Amino acid sequence: MIMKLLTIKNLNSGYGDIKVIKNVSLEINTGEIVSIVGANGAGKTTLLKTISGVIPAESGEIVFDGKRIEHLPPHMITDLGIIQVPEGRRIFPMFTVYENLLIGSVLPRTIKERKNNLERVFELLPRLAERKTQVGSTLSGGEQQMLAIGRALMGMPRILMLDEPSLGLSPKLVSTVFEIISKINSQGITVVLVEQNVKQALKLSQRAYVLENGMIALEGSAEKIINDPQVKKAYLGL
Amino acid sequence: MDSLSVIVNGISMGAIYGLIALGLTLIFGIMKIINFAHGALLMLSMMCSYWTWKYTGINPYLLIIMIAPVMFVIGYSTERFFIKPVLDAQKDVREPIAVLLLTAAFAIVLENLSLMLFGADYVMAKTTVTDATIAFGGVTLSAARFYALIIALVISGGFYLFLQYTELGRKLRSCGQDRNTASLMGIDVPKTFAIAFGIGTALLAVAAITLLPFYYVHPTVGNVFMTKAFIVVVLGGLGSVPGALLGGIIIGLIESIGAQYMTATLTTVIVYAIFLLILFIKPSGLFGSRLEW
Ligand SMILES: Nc1ncnc2c1ncn2[C@@H]1O[C@H](COP(=O)(O)OP(=O)(O)OP(=O)(O)O)[C@@H](O)[C@H]1O
Ligand SMILES: [Mg+2]
Repeated sequence: MIMKLLTIKNLNSGYGDIKVIKNVSLEINTGEIVSIVGANGAGKTTLLKTISGVIPAESGEIVFDGKRIEHLPPHMITDLGIIQVPEGRRIFPMFTVYENLLIGSVLPRTIKERKNNLERVFELLPRLAERKTQVGSTLSGGEQQMLAIGRALMGMPRILMLDEPSLGLSPKLVSTVFEIISKINSQGITVVLVEQNVKQALKLSQRAYVLENGMIALEGSAEKIINDPQVKKAYLGL
Repeated sequence: MDSLSVIVNGISMGAIYGLIALGLTLIFGIMKIINFAHGALLMLSMMCSYWTWKYTGINPYLLIIMIAPVMFVIGYSTERFFIKPVLDAQKDVREPIAVLLLTAAFAIVLENLSLMLFGADYVMAKTTVTDATIAFGGVTLSAARFYALIIALVISGGFYLFLQYTELGRKLRSCGQDRNTASLMGIDVPKTFAIAFGIGTALLAVAAITLLPFYYVHPTVGNVFMTKAFIVVVLGGLGSVPGALLGGIIIGLIESIGAQYMTATLTTVIVYAIFLLILFIKPSGLFGSRLEW
């Protein structure tokens, strides 16, 4: 049976007078990997920020696990298990790798499981274990991305939302990151993947949404999207 | 006075400056707000301590455990009820000017309130420590200043460890580095801001009590310390904890050594000159980094 984990209905949001997200509706089912793709400025980051509560929803509904959450502050949304890996990694620059991981588990819900989660994160991302005492700002882009993912896992996500995790990484590292995402998903964590790396993202996903000018232009199975002539032309350069 | 006690006095006064600057640097480091009410809140701490001492006769040093929590609550509430609404209205502004004006106005209100309630008199808590001295290998030191030094060092050190190694300290520092990302971690940023303001204010209570046995209290006493706290904080590096202590001690030493050779006005000139010189050589201050947290 398909279980809806996150449902968004007619969502509008933006920055003050600037309307960015226009009437967006979408659904994420438990256990899926869903991609959200779209050009620069389409509103992908804004959509994730609205789900996380960093910017307020102007109208519409966001329902997580049967509960309306669009009015909740970000820390409470995180506490529900909706965890975001933000665009640009956003590692705490003055914190060591270890401190960055600890700060990912400050909620009572996760603090109890901290030790186990640290072990699991180090197992999945052994590079972080090697660099435990290194300061965040001195990590390479790839290491920062690993750390951002590890930090999010410390928050024990039910939905992990990744905003352009492959941005600025070498092709080899991009593959590594996608492998890691796949592994995380296979552990039962639902994944929302925002990507410009459309081809690889769609290969990994079951379903996808195409965002254009803040609106859903296309939705469906990853297979359908990847074969769509418009998508091929606009995003895959074919 | 012999030279050793001049130096110890300077270090002791400087450590108090550092202690006062600590709260200023904490509030700036975490909230990116320059709190112009810091001096007035110090004055309020001194007034509260003085009058509590006057009516209860409790040893001023023991008063710390009473006054510090009271000042924490005052700081916390000030943030929650006055600063937060303005901060919320200027959400996307990193260093909001309206908050600056608000704290400046708050300082004026506090000063005038205390003028109304306590009058303009200069008062001092003349306790048994006031005139006591401690002999240390041939040097005699004022006991009150010696205790002040010890307390300032212990509190500054403890505060540094608290920031570095506790769960709350880490939360505070994360908000200072990147508040949006901190909120994504599950941290209640507005509450953490209020706590930061509360702690910054509670540190003033400690400074107030170390000053009490040897420093006159009056409604504008905060101004003297406010200016110095600014110099100390900029000198040590805005947002830096060790910088605040070191900056404080440098200023304290210049003042006390200067006082042996020249008038107070001239020492003030020298303080400013050295301040400008250090800024000229190292604009970010001695320990300066805007990302200190
Ligand atoms: N803080 C802000 N204030 C005002 N407008 C903003 C702000 N952040 C983003 N925008 C605008 O919102 C629109 C959508 O931006 P958003 O960052 O959501 O796009 P995106 O799809 O994530 O793009 P990219 O792929 O480049 O990351 C853009 O037109 C952008 O200029
Ligand atoms: Mg984006």
